[in-house]
Amino acid sequence: MLNNKGKKSYKGYLYLLPALLVLSVFVFYPIINAIVFSFDETKAVGYVFGFGSYKYLFEDKRFLQSLVNTVIYAAVVPALSVGLSLMIANTLANLKNEKLKGVFQSIYFLPYVTSLVAIGVVWSWLFNGQYGIINYLLGFIGIDPINWLSDPNWAMPALIIFSVWKSLAFNTLILTTGIASINPQYYQAAKIDQATNSTIFRKITIPLVSPIILYTYIISLIAGFKVYTEVFVLFNGRTLDGRVSTVVMYIIDRFYGDQDFPLAFAAAVVLLLIILTVTFVQRTIARNKVHY
Amino acid sequence: MEKKMNIKVALKYFLLTLFAIVTLFPFYWMMASSLKTAFEVIQTPPTLVPNEFMWENYGIALTMAPFARYFINTVIVTALSIVSSVIVAILAAFAFSHLEFKGRDFIFSLFLASMMIPGEVLIITNFKTISALRWMDTYQALVVPYMANVLYIYMLREFFLKIPKQLYFAAKVDGANDWKFLWKIMVPMAKGSIITICILVGINSWNSFLWPLLVTNKEEMRLLSNGLTAFQSDAGNRYELLMAASTIITIPVMVAYIFLHKKIMNGITVGGVKG
Repeated sequence: MLNNKGKKSYKGYLYLLPALLVLSVFVFYPIINAIVFSFDETKAVGYVFGFGSYKYLFEDKRFLQSLVNTVIYAAVVPALSVGLSLMIANTLANLKNEKLKGVFQSIYFLPYVTSLVAIGVVWSWLFNGQYGIINYLLGFIGIDPINWLSDPNWAMPALIIFSVWKSLAFNTLILTTGIASINPQYYQAAKIDQATNSTIFRKITIPLVSPIILYTYIISLIAGFKVYTEVFVLFNGRTLDGRVSTVVMYIIDRFYGDQDFPLAFAAAVVLLLIILTVTFVQRTIARNKVHY
Repeated sequence: MEKKMNIKVALKYFLLTLFAIVTLFPFYWMMASSLKTAFEVIQTPPTLVPNEFMWENYGIALTMAPFARYFINTVIVTALSIVSSVIVAILAAFAFSHLEFKGRDFIFSLFLASMMIPGEVLIITNFKTISALRWMDTYQALVVPYMANVLYIYMLREFFLKIPKQLYFAAKVDGANDWKFLWKIMVPMAKGSIITICILVGINSWNSFLWPLLVTNKEEMRLLSNGLTAFQSDAGNRYELLMAASTIITIPVMVAYIFLHKKIMNGITVGGVKG
């Protein structure tokens, strides 16, 4: 019996071995390594072991600008995306024609599955200052051509428009599914009470899907803080003197370009702290405030 | 009352159609531009439909960069990622759901906690590890670091836990060992969840960008996504060729989507809400 138990125990580890090995080498070790070596002496400062990298980071204009850009992006894109998705999902969920609903839903989700890189290249063509179709269409309402991708003042709006367009797909799908899963009895009862559509939306739909709204918002927020590929592709690797640089871009620049590992690690740890804070806040809200 | 309702319904359809156009237009414009001549593509006012269909743009794009090679690489990496991720997840999920061993719950909570760590924080060290292993410009560099995904392990474990334990004990009495039980009984039952995982891994792998950009330098090891951004710099102002290349990358996924859209959307919803 004892022997049997011992054998059982050993077997569990065998099944777990591949996952444990991969996660240890590529997740657990690197996270510890990142934290420990963020305190290492950096090329840029020449400080010995300590907070030198962090000190340098928060005095580095390049980092501060990347951080500000990322915060602006994360403040705007998720809010716009979830808000618009909610509006579309609610309209879609109220559609009586099931077949048409399915068609719309499949169309809306398409940008999620198609390559972000390919579609980013397409958007850089749409935004083209000279020949882009967006400027051509804006011409009809009397707006002069905008250099979306080279004018520092218009780069962030272009990035936001593209990112919202891309992220609507996921949020709309999740919210439509969420609204569709609300018990129809709530709506029937509201109809009997002659509630208006907007009252139904505010008093029934919003509270009942609030956990899903929070979920999509947090997922978008975390993705927002990690934004990289969208920028790289839309601007073909340029940052317009840092005007569209992001935290992840800064990390990549520091370690891949400058080979300054401690500084890159410190920036990565800052990103980690931001994301852990977001996750923690989400858990607290989900526990206390969201109506189920 | 009747009339007011009609206007409301019409408005609803208008809004939904408008949004469908906004969603589809970039894809249409990509394909339309890819078939125009170098002159027509930058013509003002732009033509909505190409005057003549320049299919040779695709041929030119394919010779300007080794897209066929990128395509094969991407297929190989995606296939390897799907197979390895599914196997690793099945084994780990079985250990967490059916086997007893010391520290099981602790390891499981450690796995779950690791889901909060953004991958971008790990890439610096992982890049160093890959070069120390001399894995630069290899398929394993693109596959191995992402083989173990806690979300998929979690999803499968949830499913395995729903299967009645009696089945496990009955199989044991019949002389089936754990290995046989897992592959002959559990895995076929979990087919739905496994297909979902395949779809999620497939989409992520096909579209991955940052990690392959870092660990591949040789042109013959590039994936489609990195090949396209390199081509973006090379093609310069030849937008019709750039759009042809973008179409080449997008079409396989779009075709798969037309056939599998219900399964894909279902998979994302399940994966999304659980995660």
